[in-house]
Formats: sequence, C-alpha cells, structure tokens
Amino acid sequence: MFTGIFKDTSVRILITFMIVLCVLSSLVLPDWMQNNFMYGLSRGLAILGLMLLWRTNLVSFGHALYYGFGAYAVALCQKYFGITDILLRFAIAVIAAGLLGFCLGFILRKYREIFFAMLSLAFSMVLYGLLAKAEFLGSTDGMSISPSTLLGMELTRQYLFYLITFFVICAAISIQAYLRSTLGHLTTAIQDNEIRVEYLGYSVQKAIHIKYVMSACLAGGAGGLMAASLGQVDPDSMVNWNVSGELVFITIMSGWGNILAPFIGAIIFEFIRTYAFEWAPQAWAAIVGGTLLAIIFFFPGGIWSVIEKVFNYGKKKNVK
Amino acid sequence: MKIKIFNKTTKIASASMLVASCLFAGAAMAKDSVKVGVVSFLTGPAAGVFGVPAKQGAQIVIDAINNGTMPAPYNTQGFAGAKMNPVFSDESGGGTKQVGLFRDFVEKQKVDAMIGYISSGNCMAIGPIADELKMLTVFSTCGTPRLYEEKLRSHVFRTQANAVGDSLAAARYIVDMYPNEKNYTGINQNYAWGQDSYKFFELGMKQMSPDSKGSDKPQFPKLFVGQYGTEISALSLDKAKVVHSSFWNGDIEAFTLQAMVRGFFQKKIFVSSVGGSAVDALGKKFPDGIVMGTRGNVGLLARDNKDSLNLWFIGEYKKRFNALPLGPSYQYARSILAYKFAMDKAMKKAGKFPTQDQVIAAMKNIKFKSFTETISMARGGGHQAVHSVGYGLTKYNKKGKTPGAEKVKMYGPECIYPPAGTKSEDWINAGMPGAKCN
Repeated sequence: MFTGIFKDTSVRILITFMIVLCVLSSLVLPDWMQNNFMYGLSRGLAILGLMLLWRTNLVSFGHALYYGFGAYAVALCQKYFGITDILLRFAIAVIAAGLLGFCLGFILRKYREIFFAMLSLAFSMVLYGLLAKAEFLGSTDGMSISPSTLLGMELTRQYLFYLITFFVICAAISIQAYLRSTLGHLTTAIQDNEIRVEYLGYSVQKAIHIKYVMSACLAGGAGGLMAASLGQVDPDSMVNWNVSGELVFITIMSGWGNILAPFIGAIIFEFIRTYAFEWAPQAWAAIVGGTLLAIIFFFPGGIWSVIEKVFNYGKKKNVK
Repeated sequence: MKIKIFNKTTKIASASMLVASCLFAGAAMAKDSVKVGVVSFLTGPAAGVFGVPAKQGAQIVIDAINNGTMPAPYNTQGFAGAKMNPVFSDESGGGTKQVGLFRDFVEKQKVDAMIGYISSGNCMAIGPIADELKMLTVFSTCGTPRLYEEKLRSHVFRTQANAVGDSLAAARYIVDMYPNEKNYTGINQNYAWGQDSYKFFELGMKQMSPDSKGSDKPQFPKLFVGQYGTEISALSLDKAKVVHSSFWNGDIEAFTLQAMVRGFFQKKIFVSSVGGSAVDALGKKFPDGIVMGTRGNVGLLARDNKDSLNLWFIGEYKKRFNALPLGPSYQYARSILAYKFAMDKAMKKAGKFPTQDQVIAAMKNIKFKSFTETISMARGGGHQAVHSVGYGLTKYNKKGKTPGAEKVKMYGPECIYPPAGTKSEDWINAGMPGAKCN
C-alpha cells in the first residue's frame, strides 16, 4: 500500500508545504500565526476525514461526535490517569474515536444521503446531551487541559507545533496510500454506482464501514490535538451541532481535490475568523458566512479548485 | 560605483534608524496608553441584557477615567497616568473558542490586561491559560466557585463574588422573611450555572432551616428552551411554595410571561437570583412581590442608593444610553475601577509606570471603593472579591414609571461566604461556622 508513496506528487507537495510552514513560523512569522496554523492543521485532520466520506457522497453532520470524543478522551485520561504525553494523547484520541466509529459504523453504513447525515447528527447530539448533563465531566463548563509533555519533558509550543505537523504528515500520507489502493479506488466507484460495485464482488457496506472508521479516527485525532493545543475542552465548542456544521463548512470551502486541500482550507478559515472577530466583534458570523456564500457562488470547487487553476494555467497554454 | 554603495548604505542606515525610532516610540507609548481587551457577549442570546449593558458600563467608566471626569476617589486622570485603549470583543462561541481568542489578544494584539467574561465556562477555560501566558486578567461577572476552589491563580483576579453567596443569600432571605415556609423547589437551567445555583440553595436551606424539605421534583429544563408549559404545571402541582430560580436573560422573561397568565406568582413565592434584567425589560408588566436578587448591591437593588459614585453612574448611563444600568453594567465598571486602583497604587509604590508584576502585587488583597460599597479582594489568596448580596421584593414605581424594589435586605460577605481557604461546600455542610449575619 505504501510502496512508492513518496514518489506521489500530492505527498511531495504536502511535505514541502508543511516544511515551509514550519520554517516560516519558526523564523519569520509571529507567535499568534503559529497558533492559527496549529489550530488549522489540527482541525484539518477532521476535514480530511469528512473529505474521505464526501468522496462517497456521504456528508456527516455529526462529525463533532468524534472530534469531541477524542478531545474528551484526552481530558479524561489526564484527569484520571495523569497522562499528558502528547504521543499518548494523540494515540488515545485516535483509538477512542476509532472504536466508537467502529461500533456506530454497523448502523450508519446502511444509510445514505440525508438519512446518513441526520443519523450522524443525532448520535453527536446524544453525546452532547450526556456531556452537558454530567457534572463530573465538567458539565457545560468543560475541563481544562494542562500543557503537553513529550517523554517526560515539557513541550514548548514551538515543538508542539512541529509535532502536530508531523502527525498531520503521517495521517495525510496514510490517507493518500489508502486512496491509491483498490479499496480507495472503490470509494469513487461506490459513489458512481453501488450495485455495480456489489456485482464486481465487493461489499459496499464493508468498504463504507472501513472508510467511516478511518474518518472517525481522523476526527478523533483532530479533537485530541485541538484539546492539547488549546488547553480546554467543553461540549459547546467541541461537540455541539454547530461544530459539526463548521467542519462541513470548511470541507465545502476547501474542496476535495487533494489531501492538502483540507489543511489549507482550515488554516484560511482560522485566519478569516481571527480577523472577523477583531474587525467586527458584533458581526463576525456574517463575515464568515458571507465568505462561504462567496466561495459557493464563485468557486464551487472550493479553494483547491482555485489553486489548481492557478497552477494549471501555464500548462494548458503550452498544450494549445 | 562608490556612490551606489554609499546610497545603499545610507538607505539601510536610514531604514534601520526608522525602525529603531518606531521601537523607541513604541516603548514610550506604553506609558501614555494601556491596551486592554474587554470581552463580553456581543452576539447571541446573552448579548441583549448581559453583554451589551456590560460593555456600556465599562465604556462610561473608561471614558470618564481617561478624561479625568470621574468623581472621587477616582478623580485622577488615567490608569497610572495612561489612557486606556479598550478593544471590545465577543464572548460567544464557547470556552474553547474563547481560549483561542485570548491567545490572539495576548500574542497578536499584545494587550496589557484583559477584563471581562460573563460565562463561568469561559472563566474556567481562560483561568489556566491566563496563568500560562502570564497575562493579568480581571474577571467581571462569572460566578463559578470552582475558579479558585480548585486552584489558586497567579495572574487572575475576580471582582465579582462567586455564586455560592447568591444562593445562600436567597436562602437567608426566605428563612428571614418567610419563616413558616418549609417546602421549596426550583426551576433552573440544565447546565453548570443552574445546577450549581440550585445545589447551594438547597444546601443552604438544609442548614438554615433544618426542618425544611426540598421537593424531589426540582425542574431542570434545557438552556434557552423558551417554553415552560410543562414545568409550570409540574411546579404548580408541587406542594412546595418557595420556588428558586437562577434563570437569566430571555429565559426569565419567557418564564415570567408564561407563568404570570396562569396565576403562578399569586400561589408561589418565586425567588430569582439573577432575573433583575427582566424587571427592566418587562417594565410594568413584571409582577410585583417577586423575591429578586442582582448578584450584589447593584442594578435594580441599587437604584435608591445615594452614594455619590452610584448617583453619578446612574446619571451618566441615563444620559448616554437612555437606560438604567443593569447588574452587568456595574460588574464590568467595577472591574475597571479595581484595575485603576491597582495601577495607581503600583505607580505610587514604584515611583514610575508599573510593570505587570507590580500591578498584580498591588491588586492583591485590595479594598477598593465601588459604587455602593467598599469591596475587598479577601478570598482566593487575595484574588477573589467578596461583597454583600441583596434580595428584595419587586415593586413597580407607578409615579416615576420605573421598576424598583422594596423590603431590600443586604447580607454582608461574612454571612454568605466561607472564610478564606475553606471550600464552600464543606463550609456549608459543617453548619457555616463563623458566619456573622446581622
């Protein structure tokens, strides 16, 4: 599956982009930008998960379930077992969300379109209800998370950023490897014609289940990293339906052409929001919403389609 | 060639001089102005009667101090001589989003201090981050007792006493004014604030009136649900006459309107710990005779207070916003006063413009004059304020066409807050040793 993965153009572009980001942020850019990159990259993992589902025409309006589950797994492991190691945190978040996704996958893999979207929303709101009512989980106030460590050493935010970048590269490469495999190619085939895929001898439900678990793992990892980089979890900003909506929003904004697209989209979203909050504290939501409308009207393929156009412009000219 | 090089060198030299002069100007500027983030709800359901009045209260006091037009004892101009340049920001979106914004404030906007925050969840989220980033932060309104009971904070102050006192004062008022009522119940929003408020009211009632009995069916509807038909029926059928509620904002207004038409308030003694805003919003429609608190000696209960600072504040507020100041207006304005007090004190001690550490040292354990009383930062290692909390019965003033209150009782801090270093829950369960109520 991973053979020749580093010769893949998308992977090369991704790695170059991340390295440039690391170098720029450690040498030139101010600290606050690094924060935004950190949130953007973390959230980008969840977007990548949604993009995977989207390739099969499945839109999940409840991905905050895994996002929040990963974040709360990190918070609870700190509260009860004192785990603050960033490697463990990431692993715990991914595994916890993956297990939950595996269980719920048995139900969700049978549904498509609006039924899939609404059922996933329902599951996420169940978790929200539980968290908001459970006093020992901090209720709506949530829980705070102490700064991460690495193998017993304290981790500065600079190194946390490098590590997040590293996690993101690993996750994105795995997804690219999956997309290049037979199973990955199946996903677009399922989108085109499910019955034909079944006749070819593949189980559509199984393929969707696998994809769903991967997507849950990514969202869980995103939640875990977000919790570690922000230092706080609470149901309203981690599990509520509007968080799921925000994730879908960024997915649409990013476009689904490439594994790098979700991360660029998520970073741009962080910047839009930062400036919207600063310039118009009373109307920031209108600015964020207006941006989405503009993108849908003018660039239906998302930000990635713009990038593609810019880079392909020269090539097309040569062909002519 | 030589000339060219010379040109280049002069260019670089002049550019670096320009940069250097900007840097020096920046350093000098810090003494003429302080940049402070002021965060309150500007969008969403909590903006109308919490966030916006809070911002307005802060604006009045900031402008008056910047211009030196504030009455004594704050009649000196500026904060340690510097003008405050406030950056107002929105608090909505949950704790996690606010933490991100807080980091932006510190690292991007490079503020000198942060003031505000209404939601307890946001305060709990910001607290540890403020300490981590070493940013002086003064919380204005949030009420959770967990903020300092879980951990003492190095950079975080709170000029509003915690929610325990609001609930205990409510219980005291019931025991004092309605000694024969032994059964109570409650309707509170199902989230941390509502759960905590009813918990401490119940604990307080158990101690102050040992033979009283809480209903086994207190109501906990969802936050901002707006429809309370079933809850009103359930409460009406309950034999308990006293009903405690920590509803706020649109919820208290909706509940009042829906309960009123069903004759609820004639049958029950309704105790509202933060409903003061609804009294102003509904005006003469608001029923008389409701036990109303404002989380301190502020807002509705401070309308008749003749303190010169209070009279000035009410007058300025009316003039500028054509409205009366609500509880949050006082709470935010009070945080600004505490900040000025500490800045001036630190400046006097240091003999020059104080550093942040000097301001923090100066702010610890201060007693500062607020609008209706002198408030002391006597808990949480000198970081947490305590003040009196009042309750009264709502009474519409027909002559002045303004809402008001009668039979107001103020409970001093020694009556409703545990001594320093004791957890509220343990203190109440131990029978509130050392409580002094007049």
